[in-house]
Amino acid sequence: MATVTLSSIAKSFGPTRVLGGVDLDIADGEFLTLVGPSGCGKSTLIRIIAGLEHQDGGAVAIGGQPVDHLRPHERRVAMVFQSYALYPHMSVRQNIALPLTMSRLKLWQRLPLLRALSGQRRTVMRGIEADVAAAAAQLQLDHLLDRKPAQLSGGQRQRVALGRAMVRHPDVFLMDEPLSNLDAKLRVHMRTELAELHKRLGATFVYVTHDQVEAMTMSDRVAMMDSGTILQLGTPSQLYEKPASLKVAQFIGSPAINLLPGIVGAGGRLELFGRPMALNVQQAQGQAVTLGVRSEALSLVQGEPAGTGRAWFSARLRRKENLGSEYILHFDLAGRDVPGVTMRTSPAVAVGISEAAEVTLGFDESACHLFAADGERIVSRGPGVATASIVPLRA
Amino acid sequence: MLAPASSVAAVSPAHSAARRFLSLVLIHGVLIAGALFMLAPFIWMLVTSIKPPAEIFSAEIALWPKQFYGVENYRFAMEKAPLLRFALNGVILCAGILVVQLLVAIPCAYALAKLDFPGRNLLFVLVLLGLCIPVQVPAMPLYIGLAQLGLLNTYFAMMVPFFLSVFAIFLFRQFFRSFPDDIINAARLDGMSEFEIVWRIVTPSALPAIAAFAVFSTVAHWNDLYWPLIVISDAKLAPPPLGMMFFADAETGSNYGALTAAATILTAPLVLAFLIARRRFIDGITMTGVK
Amino acid sequence: MTLALDMPVQLASSRRRRLWIERVTGLGFAAPALVLLLLTILVPLAVLVVLSLTNYEFGGVDLDFVGLANFQKALADPIIRRSLLNTLIYVAIMVPGGVFGALLIAILIHRRTRSRSLYEVIYFLPVTSTLIAMATVWQFLLHPSLGPINGLLKWLGFAPVAFLSEPSTALATLAVIGIWQILGFNMILFLAGLTAIPRDLYEAADIDGCSSGVDRFLTITWPLLGPTTMFVVITTMITAFKIFDTVAVMTRGGPVGSTEVLLYNIYLEGFQYFHTGYAAALTFIFLAFILVFSAVQTFALDKKVHY
Repeated sequence: MATVTLSSIAKSFGPTRVLGGVDLDIADGEFLTLVGPSGCGKSTLIRIIAGLEHQDGGAVAIGGQPVDHLRPHERRVAMVFQSYALYPHMSVRQNIALPLTMSRLKLWQRLPLLRALSGQRRTVMRGIEADVAAAAAQLQLDHLLDRKPAQLSGGQRQRVALGRAMVRHPDVFLMDEPLSNLDAKLRVHMRTELAELHKRLGATFVYVTHDQVEAMTMSDRVAMMDSGTILQLGTPSQLYEKPASLKVAQFIGSPAINLLPGIVGAGGRLELFGRPMALNVQQAQGQAVTLGVRSEALSLVQGEPAGTGRAWFSARLRRKENLGSEYILHFDLAGRDVPGVTMRTSPAVAVGISEAAEVTLGFDESACHLFAADGERIVSRGPGVATASIVPLRA
Repeated sequence: MLAPASSVAAVSPAHSAARRFLSLVLIHGVLIAGALFMLAPFIWMLVTSIKPPAEIFSAEIALWPKQFYGVENYRFAMEKAPLLRFALNGVILCAGILVVQLLVAIPCAYALAKLDFPGRNLLFVLVLLGLCIPVQVPAMPLYIGLAQLGLLNTYFAMMVPFFLSVFAIFLFRQFFRSFPDDIINAARLDGMSEFEIVWRIVTPSALPAIAAFAVFSTVAHWNDLYWPLIVISDAKLAPPPLGMMFFADAETGSNYGALTAAATILTAPLVLAFLIARRRFIDGITMTGVK
Repeated sequence: MTLALDMPVQLASSRRRRLWIERVTGLGFAAPALVLLLLTILVPLAVLVVLSLTNYEFGGVDLDFVGLANFQKALADPIIRRSLLNTLIYVAIMVPGGVFGALLIAILIHRRTRSRSLYEVIYFLPVTSTLIAMATVWQFLLHPSLGPINGLLKWLGFAPVAFLSEPSTALATLAVIGIWQILGFNMILFLAGLTAIPRDLYEAADIDGCSSGVDRFLTITWPLLGPTTMFVVITTMITAFKIFDTVAVMTRGGPVGSTEVLLYNIYLEGFQYFHTGYAAALTFIFLAFILVFSAVQTFALDKKVHY
């Protein structure tokens, strides 16, 4: 069983509080991603799981057993570093073999001269050779076994780092931004490889990244972190469709979510740009409410929209970005103290809008996300609105 | 067991905190023992220079003098030998050598790094060869030559073999090679002569390397004995090491109080300079070592 | 497009002119160095070659060519052989002490945070000191009756040792002083090498099970310090081989010639006895050793730098 349980993990470096009471339950065989901006504490958290840092407070358990007193190599975890940390003076074969030689040979059997005296060593080494060959075959490294890291490409080095991790058959794989040093194309390719590797091995993967695309495409669940706490834990869909806070909504999804300023009117009725909407919230009159609208939820409106359930506002086209299969259009909201909005649309529609044209954009009121002044998600009551409850932080 | 204190998980049980404490004690124990070995001569030198002869020659060894005799020792040393003169000679020698070294090496290094001229490769090979030839090798022919020219016993004679520092040429060439060609081309387009480019554009960027080399050169020539011993017999021109040797000779090596006083005076300039400009010294050695 | 027609011709000639200027400038910049190279290295070297094949005595009038007689004499001369042996023994003591002592200290200092600067300064102090001046202090330190070292030995119950006047201990004592002087220098070089080892290599090793001090040293530290170690060993060897100062000031080659080293003999033969031709031959033997050490350094370093 390779579950990972973190209870109230706290860590400070000097006066800086890096982690403030983090709780996390990672299921056996799950691919869990810790994602967030730089400095949110995700790398520190994974290093605490590995045993490379020691927490100030709280406990770590792997497979249900507390591991706080165990050295890193006793915890049955393996780690892939951002820089791969391959031993430059050893061949690929020796790099992958190292964890095995460390664990299967005693100290004196490893010392340069003394080891010649061990008869057992030869048998152990042969076993190690076989395991290394198996791992190398899985990662297509067979023909590279005798090369040194300096002679390998970035992608190959990454696979060697993976091989070194795999060969120990650990309970948990920890990965600290392993794809950051690769170029864009390779990164896309490796995303697939890592996801398939996870399925093949069935091990628990804890993955750290600042790239929300990686988080969304590879994970079973995502924990979004900021300033040392987990803002939301859930499946990628849950984070995208029901962000628990403004920060989560802004971080997940590309292009970034559009934010519009709403005001609470009489009786809790929401107003946008002076126009009342068919949404009611439980906030005091005069409170500011942020509306989050995804770029694909916006559409062109001809004339004034009829019927309730649709909000609209005027905007002027600033720029078109042609992605081939679709366009991303950037609009300014004239006369409003609001940063522009982006809209995704098909080439057919986009071509019809001329530069600096004044248009009306609309969206379904049921499709927008509401956030209170403190950034927390709020529910709305109103005709035709799905009354979803607030998603709990711990899934 | 070499177990440096690192950020590796220090685990909770008390016995490993004790283990860490023990290893720290061991590590600092070794370091302190070594430090005492390093410092012992300095301490002994300072202490002896302020002791009276009676205590120096007594059978019992004591660290601190019972009677303060420093003034007498130092005065005696300064009267018997022109110690300040020796130090001054050291300054003249090192400064003179360094200035010429830089004036010769910088343009040459620049030419080797950035310009194409006939014989460039040959020159570089000769520079590399020169790196392997210590000054003691051409010493004799140089001595003969200087003697024929009647130039022995002069500052010039003391400096001549060192005017050319192949090490400086090698070091600066490495540095200049990595200087962006674009900046030089831009300067050329602006009408700058190559001479100006060398001194006004490229040299300022190499200041760290130049400072490092300056440290290296000064330390080496301040403490050099072999060559001054050969060409100088007049005490008025002697640099510190030679001066010390003259002084020790004259004193028949028994007035340890005065001898250590003299040693202190002659060692002080470099040591004080080092203490003041620690980082420079250490960075200088590191840089020249990582050539 | 008349410009296009004129340009190639003008470009060619102005290009030639620029190249010519570059050549002249280059030569001009290199000229002083070239002249000094000739005057202070190449010509003396040539003169040395000639001298070594003669029986010239400085101040004398005759000069006969004796071929390789000087070299034969040198290699057969018991004084020179002993001198060579002494020098090599000195190197054999000083190099391991000065290199591995420095490595040990560097490793111990490397991870200290607050005390590191202090230790660096203390260990580097001897490197800046004027050896001749300190030699006098060492003489007093090692004095059989007045020196504190023998005082300590007496206090511990041992008999006093006349370090510098006993033939069996004098050379080793000089070697220890040599170690004392160079340790700090080598330590700084090793510190630079240690700092260059990326920390996440140690962390990866920790996760792989390589966590004890010995394992970390053998698996990572020592292999990655290879180039640095090679450099330090060779430079220390060359420095050790050039020993002269302490011999000239402290022992004058004694007692009973046990501290006569090659450079000291060269100095005596060339500048005291003025057997110039002979001394020239000796200088070449000296140079041969230095060149061998330097060559080894160049080739070994080239091979070892593999990443």
